[in-house]
Amino acid sequence: MTLNAVENDNIQDLYRELILDHARAPRHFGRLDDATHTALGINPLCGDKLTLYVRVDDEGTIEASAFEGSGCAISIASASLLTDIVTGVPVDKAEQVFRSITGRLTDTGEDNDIDAEPSLQERLDKLRALDGVRDFPSRVKCATLAWHALHSALGNDAKPATTE
Amino acid sequence: MTQAQRQRALAASDWREDFPILHQSVNGQPLVYLDSAASAQQPTSVIDAVARYQREDHANVHRGVHTLSHRATELYEGSRDKIREFVNATSRTEIVLTSGTTESINLVAQSFCRPRVGPGDKILITHLEHHANIVPWQMVCEQTGAELVVAPIDEQGQLKLESMWSLMTDDVAMLAVGHVSNALGTVNPVKEIIARAKARDIPVLIDGAQGVPHLSVDVQDLDCDFYAFSGHKMFGPTGTGVLYGREALLDAMPPYQGGGDMILEVSFESTIYNELPYKFEAGTPNIAGVVGLGAAIDYLQAIGMSRIADYEHRLHDYLVAKLKDFDGIRLIGTASDQASVQSFLLDDIHSHDLGTILDHQGVAIRTGHHCAMPVMTHFGISGTSRASIAFYNNKDDVDKLITALSKAQQVFG
Repeated sequence: MTLNAVENDNIQDLYRELILDHARAPRHFGRLDDATHTALGINPLCGDKLTLYVRVDDEGTIEASAFEGSGCAISIASASLLTDIVTGVPVDKAEQVFRSITGRLTDTGEDNDIDAEPSLQERLDKLRALDGVRDFPSRVKCATLAWHALHSALGNDAKPATTE
Repeated sequence: MTQAQRQRALAASDWREDFPILHQSVNGQPLVYLDSAASAQQPTSVIDAVARYQREDHANVHRGVHTLSHRATELYEGSRDKIREFVNATSRTEIVLTSGTTESINLVAQSFCRPRVGPGDKILITHLEHHANIVPWQMVCEQTGAELVVAPIDEQGQLKLESMWSLMTDDVAMLAVGHVSNALGTVNPVKEIIARAKARDIPVLIDGAQGVPHLSVDVQDLDCDFYAFSGHKMFGPTGTGVLYGREALLDAMPPYQGGGDMILEVSFESTIYNELPYKFEAGTPNIAGVVGLGAAIDYLQAIGMSRIADYEHRLHDYLVAKLKDFDGIRLIGTASDQASVQSFLLDDIHSHDLGTILDHQGVAIRTGHHCAMPVMTHFGISGTSRASIAFYNNKDDVDKLITALSKAQQVFG
């Protein structure tokens, strides 16, 4: 295999079909009027900006989530996957997923196993589609922006979440 | 030169060999550098001048009686003379050395404009400006109660001149306008703008960060009051910049920062400020950088700015023609007079995704809002992809950009 072909594989790995699909047709895109938690996520470097909405029930489970905003394919796909994953998940487990995905994609490379029932595990497996960004340091923040916003929303932070 | 010779020159670029950084591979592909509007590369002569200074001549300037200090001062002040000649200022006292365009503009905003304005006064800028020519004036408005007024642009990214003239009312205390737009490449008719402002006694600052690297600039011919520019956009080192200011105005302005070098005599009761231009140069300056800037000017003078402008103009035409022919490209900024820059969108691909895919093919462009968010808002977009050329680029660079854009379409296809 030529070097060139490797490079091309690399870029295809970043823009996998699943990512492009979620970027073109993001799930749960829009405002969630009865949200209990909301956070703004801003990537000051590139101007990506999204608002994440979460509705948590009395038992501490995320009943619904949605997002709106603008950004590149990676940040939109990541936000879309996030809303798919966290719906129906207890808040503490959603926080575990936040730590797991940000750890895996950033410097630590840590891959924490999450005790997940089969339907959640299936959704978490889809998140592997984001792993391509690890070869593109300048794009890791695009992939983690929505997750930082989730963390910020669940923690009731008043300030917008940034990836800085 | 015949037409055929000019075409051959465009295919090769006579000056590419002078820039060592261009001769490398990035991500397994030959580097195609199309981001000179963000920062231009440096020729060997600049790199060597800085290294030679560091190895042989470094000491602090304006202070010591010893030989090295004398040499450093000669080199530093020699660069000031070169800058004066390059922009045709009347006197070397009108050339203030700064850290860059941003500092130059802030200096004028705080030392010249702020003491002269208050509630009821207006500061006029344009919709095309870089954040560095917006925020310093906004700060003055916050500090003084003056009002920021913005001259509009049309769909091609050109100033609406009739609107601009009507905004030049008697209560305008300052006009700040860019020579060339960094986001769109629009060349503003600054000479006419300055003449109209002068007729109404409005002081004018020109943000020349994108003008000086690509056009011949003569501050006396322009008749502006202030002209700000950066070293690193004109093939010199980062951290260097220039403020040209009319001597009578600089003379009447209070210092911008206090410290060493800007004083004649200090006691705890009072301080006598140094003469121009040192009054505005507090602290030890970026001596090595300024030495490099002097070498960059030597290099540019040896080629000739009109020759550079002619070559870049033809290469820019080639770039625009190629982009126009490309299915799925929307050009952002289509002014009749442009320099160096062309912004564009490809299909509905976000500019950061496009930037990553191009980088993977060795093609460096700028993506995003280009520190000109109001321009993006004007076009209803969040950002663009921007290719910017210098005289070390050639047709091959443009062709490789086009090939890389096709690849991006495949990835997103």
